[in-house]
Amino acid sequence: MATTMGYTAADREFLLAAGQACTDCAGAIDDDNLEAWPDYFSEDCLYRVETREGRANGWQIGLMHCEGRGMLRDRVLAIRHGNVFDPHTYRHVLSMPRFAPAAPDSDGTEFASARRVLTSFNVTRVMKTGETTLFAVGTYDDLFVEAEGRLLIRSRTVVLDSRNLDTLLVIPL
Amino acid sequence: MNTPSPVETDGMFRWPDEGLARVPFRVYNDPQIAEAEQKLLFQGETWNLVCLDLEVSEPGQYRTNWIGETPVIVVRDPVADRIRVFVNRCVHRGSMLCLEQHGKAENFTCMYHNWVYSLDGKLQSIAFKRGVRGQGGMPADFDITKHGLRELRVDTIRNLVFATFSDQLPPAADWFGPRMVWSLERFFHKPIRLIGGYTQVLPNNWKLYAENVRDSYHASLLHTFFATFGVNRLSMDGAVEVNEAGGSHLSWSKMATDDAEGTDYASGGLRSMRDLAIEDRRLLKTWPEFPDGITHMIQTLFPNVFLQQIQNTLAVRLLVPRGLDRCDLQWWVFAYEDDTPEQLRMRLMQSNLVGPAGLVSLEDGFIGNAVQRTTRGDQGHGAIVEMGGHGVGTERQSRVSEAAVRGFWQQWRGLMGF
Repeated sequence: MATTMGYTAADREFLLAAGQACTDCAGAIDDDNLEAWPDYFSEDCLYRVETREGRANGWQIGLMHCEGRGMLRDRVLAIRHGNVFDPHTYRHVLSMPRFAPAAPDSDGTEFASARRVLTSFNVTRVMKTGETTLFAVGTYDDLFVEAEGRLLIRSRTVVLDSRNLDTLLVIPL
Repeated sequence: MNTPSPVETDGMFRWPDEGLARVPFRVYNDPQIAEAEQKLLFQGETWNLVCLDLEVSEPGQYRTNWIGETPVIVVRDPVADRIRVFVNRCVHRGSMLCLEQHGKAENFTCMYHNWVYSLDGKLQSIAFKRGVRGQGGMPADFDITKHGLRELRVDTIRNLVFATFSDQLPPAADWFGPRMVWSLERFFHKPIRLIGGYTQVLPNNWKLYAENVRDSYHASLLHTFFATFGVNRLSMDGAVEVNEAGGSHLSWSKMATDDAEGTDYASGGLRSMRDLAIEDRRLLKTWPEFPDGITHMIQTLFPNVFLQQIQNTLAVRLLVPRGLDRCDLQWWVFAYEDDTPEQLRMRLMQSNLVGPAGLVSLEDGFIGNAVQRTTRGDQGHGAIVEMGGHGVGTERQSRVSEAAVRGFWQQWRGLMGF
């Protein structure tokens, strides 16, 4: 377990693996390999994008709310075939993950085996025209589980620090 | 408005002879027009949404916002127990009084020089009014009772709080007209609560978004999610209704709740790929929550307010201009207090379809910019707005119409003097 003095070898190993998973997942998005993005999540995952203000207020509605890999795949399908937008890509810069106390979940024991980590991110948006802007700043609030022989994201809440969102959000963060 | 427009009198801008059938691109790019809008629209003869009443329900509770580019404070005066609206600016040197978006106050104290105002806007005290140790201070004839905050007229319709700089504008309900009020009473027919909110920053002149929401012609053409994934729903009935002044409208329809095989998209040359299907159809689950059978209601209130019932997603939006080519779209997402958990869950799932990340309508976030960037330096040309004819009247036949766009420009031109 984590102590104020530092982490155990097992903690460090877990953080490294979680950080690797976060980095790989962000890399899939940045490389426009969106089809691989759902594979970093468990089959019964939750993926949510909300604002810090919304979380503080306990608002149910954020910007995105996907339950299960199927909904993640639907998002990707819509990006590829359904939605019309100005072409752009992202570049994620992530912090090291850090442990957070496991939040009590309505599902009760379901997350007992999951570990919660927080990772800070900056996402720069690069339009095909070349215009490059800081698009999103916030925290991934993740629960990781061991499943399918890998470390998978059981739950990811993307908490945006700002209530402002520029133009639109189509590619996931 | 009979006084000549200050923009027109410089001899550079004139509305095209085609009337409402053309919108000169210059209206999105001219700094003089934008400046005139502040005076003639936002500080002129208009009712402007400033917040929802539940944000200022308790004594001393306040919410700051913007009317055009003027910052305002909306506060519940605990003595009079009514909502007041002030310009959010200290009368002394012009510093903003309230920096927080929400809060609760016993008074408003300017951080710069500690001038204090009571919640009815009266200037209560001035720091060092009598100087220091009898030296200096304000002149003896300075009368603090003559220097309160600039107060605006306030009116409410159901949960919406409006303010105006005008002394003579009729009450908001009369100004918007009975059909607009009917729809607001329908939206807010029982107690609501907020379940979401965010601000979408749009990289375009505010009027391009104001047109977009009034334009029911683009809906199935720009937004192809449903068509692409073969979830066309048959529209049973609908209309576009424009109010007398022109600038406010309703576009409503009754859609079959069960998926129906549409023919419009399958047969024509519209983007449609019927072999694609989404995996998880929980996003599409709805219930008919209004007894009138209307499943989609888009309402605009001139100049910059939008209300939506898109199936079971309910929201109020306010568009705040930020200079020529930016505007901030504030969203209040709401539900009813008596929602069941199942209903709330359907609203949550459907929230994926609307808003800045909405699968069905996220295109609205950038389409204004697609126009904005072509109109610079192209001052002699204008948009063609003739779908559904040249009038601004109500359309029962088809919602493929730009009648409400023409209506917007009718009211805008009247107030701007063009």
